[in-house]
Amino acid sequence: MSEAVLIPTTPMARPRSDAAISEPAVVRWALVAVAMLFLGLFLVLPLVAVFVQALEKGVGLYLKSLVDRDALAAVRLTLLTALVVVPLNTVFGVAAAWAIAKFEFTGKQVLTTLVDLPFSISPVIAGLVFVLLFGRDGWLGPWLEARDLKVLFAVPGIVLATLFVTFPFVARELIPLMQAQGAEEEEAARALGAGGWQTFRRVTLPNVKWGLLYGVILCNGRAMGEFGAVSVVSGHIRGQTNTMPLHVEILYNEYNLVAAFAVASLLAMLALVTLVLKSVLQWKVARQLALAADGPAGGRKP
Amino acid sequence: MSIEVRKISKTFGRFTALKDVSLTVHTGELVALLGPSGSGKTTLLRIIAGLEQPDPGSGPILFQDEDVARRGVGARQVGFVFQHYALFRHMTVLENVAFGLRVRPRRQRPPKSLIRDRVQRLLQLVQLETFAHRYPNQLSGGQRQRVALARALAIEPKVLLLDEPFGALDAKVRKELRQWLRRLHDEIHVTSVFVTHDQDEALELADRVVVMDQGRVEQIGTPDEVFHSPATEFVTTFLGQVNFFHGRVERGKLYFATLAWESPEHAGLPSQPVRVFVRPHDFEVDTHRNGAPSFKATVCRVHSAGPNARLELLAESGEQLSVELPLERYRAQGITPGSQVYVSPRDIKVFTGDEHDAPAAQTEPVEHQARAQA
Repeated sequence: MSEAVLIPTTPMARPRSDAAISEPAVVRWALVAVAMLFLGLFLVLPLVAVFVQALEKGVGLYLKSLVDRDALAAVRLTLLTALVVVPLNTVFGVAAAWAIAKFEFTGKQVLTTLVDLPFSISPVIAGLVFVLLFGRDGWLGPWLEARDLKVLFAVPGIVLATLFVTFPFVARELIPLMQAQGAEEEEAARALGAGGWQTFRRVTLPNVKWGLLYGVILCNGRAMGEFGAVSVVSGHIRGQTNTMPLHVEILYNEYNLVAAFAVASLLAMLALVTLVLKSVLQWKVARQLALAADGPAGGRKP
Repeated sequence: MSIEVRKISKTFGRFTALKDVSLTVHTGELVALLGPSGSGKTTLLRIIAGLEQPDPGSGPILFQDEDVARRGVGARQVGFVFQHYALFRHMTVLENVAFGLRVRPRRQRPPKSLIRDRVQRLLQLVQLETFAHRYPNQLSGGQRQRVALARALAIEPKVLLLDEPFGALDAKVRKELRQWLRRLHDEIHVTSVFVTHDQDEALELADRVVVMDQGRVEQIGTPDEVFHSPATEFVTTFLGQVNFFHGRVERGKLYFATLAWESPEHAGLPSQPVRVFVRPHDFEVDTHRNGAPSFKATVCRVHSAGPNARLELLAESGEQLSVELPLERYRAQGITPGSQVYVSPRDIKVFTGDEHDAPAAQTEPVEHQARAQA
């Protein structure tokens, strides 16, 4: 489905059933079989394995692992992080996308590149950057220490690292959508007397709402699942600075497999829910893009 | 509400879109900005609307003697219609039209019932009453543009600005909508400016036409004036079909094709090359010399399906010509491809000076009015 979604304006992207340009049935079935086998082996099987492992010693032990004090603390911290990070990145993402898609300004190219930066560097490096900034020997370390503010190996550090890693999701989702829609509707709204905020709320936002939700879902999925960057800045203090992914690793390293997979199963379920929501939203975004293509906004004059 | 702009310039990077453009639109007038793409017509319209800022140092933008140059687009109370409609795609027709009223600050906002009434009246005006609850993507191009017009009129604009309003429509709808817009304008009489690159549209619809090229106004006049008395070479070639000859003036005589015209208007000029233009319908064609100055030509092709016969001729001097004459005259003369004919121009336009470098003022046209035919 996603192929057709990405290029909705090109009718060629639609699968064709004309016998003349189609492959023989054997080839088609073979291709499908290979794809299914691959999916089953590398995606479905591991997912099933997570739940099987988690439930190996019975439902009782599974539930007990989940209500464990440290496990609950990890869940709480993960939720807290997502609760702070997702709204902030939604606002930043919308602002960045709006600026990039609707306005001409110097430095636009730089901003567009910077939005992608968190995707292009390893999360571990991202974490290390924060250590360099806020660590005891870091640039801001002494200043923070003097004021008794803890960033590193504490919740603020985890939030900052997650914020950094998940920044691009919303912006990346919105930029192409907003660019396809152009700025004409906003201009029309302004000409009709709407103010900047009214234009944004009544015209810009409704036009991108599905794309925005899609970005938010992806951002949330990553915020809850992020391991690398958070691992560097967290300090792995049980019950205090362990997020769910970090907690899974600790349990696993202690050979507490049932507990590890029990917490992992929560993350897996989150992934599944994200996937379903993502599919639904992707379909909605495709429709919105198709509408944008239907009434092209037309490029501005040079 | 009249519009007057003075000495407006606009550059985009290194591209000069407008250069010292001045223009007056009288109250209640329907004016067309006509020109090829890149002539600056859309930029001028957007500057009048406030969607674009003129370069610093530009003159004022006056709406009825009041300078609005510093006001934003929202404060200018203009109705703007976009080429691609720019309807709000997630709103129904009704919500689109009501938008301008609903976003007003509470104190200036009309009560709901009044908004509903006004929207209903506007939809009647654009003949779309039954479409109030449709979404833009459920409408045809012509219907969408009418919604856009109703939406622009809802705020009771002082002036109506339309950017290539029919540009995205197919030929038949375009023609219908054009006549409909003219009738609408005669009904509501709001001062209107529209941009077009379609000369038929400009000449048929507008009270006055502003012909633009390369960021400058070439001529402002009624459709009749710009068509029949073009002020510059550009206007001559841009409006309608025209035949071109390299000519020469020498001691009060004008030479082109194999003709020598008495041209007292050029008597004072030093001997120099000139460019001569004749419209297809400004030729007389005869199978024999009739006393008028004429040159010989061979008929190459004839298109006689239409009210006029169009002849493609090859002049003795080598130019290819396109000539139009009434069908009955063509039939009476028994012209067929291959015949020899005598062609005499009735009305010619002569331009001296350099083609583009010289300012418009120096390339002065000299009218040679129709001379009595024998």
